[in-house]
Amino acid sequence: MTVGELAGVLGLEVLTGDTNLDREVRSGYTSDLLSDVIANIGDDAVWITIQRHMNILGVAKLKDVPAIIIPRKLQLEEGFIAKAGQEDIAILRGSASAFELSGLIYNELKRG
Amino acid sequence: MVDSLTYTPQITLEFKIGEKDFFVAGECASRVKKTLQQLGLKQNVIKRIAIIIYEAAMNVAIHATSGMVTVHVEPDAITIRTEDVGAGIEDIDLAMKEGYSTATYEIREMGFGAGMGLSNIKQCSDDLKIESKVGVGTTLNAKVYFQDQTRQADG
Repeated sequence: MTVGELAGVLGLEVLTGDTNLDREVRSGYTSDLLSDVIANIGDDAVWITIQRHMNILGVAKLKDVPAIIIPRKLQLEEGFIAKAGQEDIAILRGSASAFELSGLIYNELKRG
Repeated sequence: MVDSLTYTPQITLEFKIGEKDFFVAGECASRVKKTLQQLGLKQNVIKRIAIIIYEAAMNVAIHATSGMVTVHVEPDAITIRTEDVGAGIEDIDLAMKEGYSTATYEIREMGFGAGMGLSNIKQCSDDLKIESKVGVGTTLNAKVYFQDQTRQADG
């Protein structure tokens, strides 16, 4: 399933235009601790987090994360979104909590 | 993908890291990752090296007043060295323990300071040496060999 398909089926807002919409998503990881993400996120995994500062983009880039998914419609700074676009990281946002989003994404990916 | 380089590239990359300069840590890890991809190294070796650089650089940014990250590419291995001026580490064994952290509340709130940095580095390194003097600073040396059959599984 691609980033675009995932966003479509779960009704997630896409904040970074076309960035990575065609990239494959194979798994996901939910964590707000950066070292935990660095150590444990899989390949082609979306990252669900409430962290929204610039430095998380460094982690996402390092782990080649196709998309960061922000729960609960949390506010984002424009500079953050612009930088994510530049670094080729999609930013998606949903209204559900991190727990609910994780469950929904898990089900979608399991279905293929 | 190669287990060793057929030539000695003599690549040394250096990055200066200032106090609370968190962004540069990600930057230098990304840049080294790109360089190593161009050399054609195995993906899992590159991943381990990138984690070491990121975590070691973050440690400098979080805990030191200034520091330097030096990455040296050899034909069969890569060495990562960080040297900083700062608080130093009182008890290295304790600092190596997963979950132990001396980071401030503000730093933890950003998702740093989980106490996993040094244990992540240890897991990714073939050799790791840390020397520290309280009130002076810390030097970390990590080495990763390009050929390592036992680690293939982590992909």
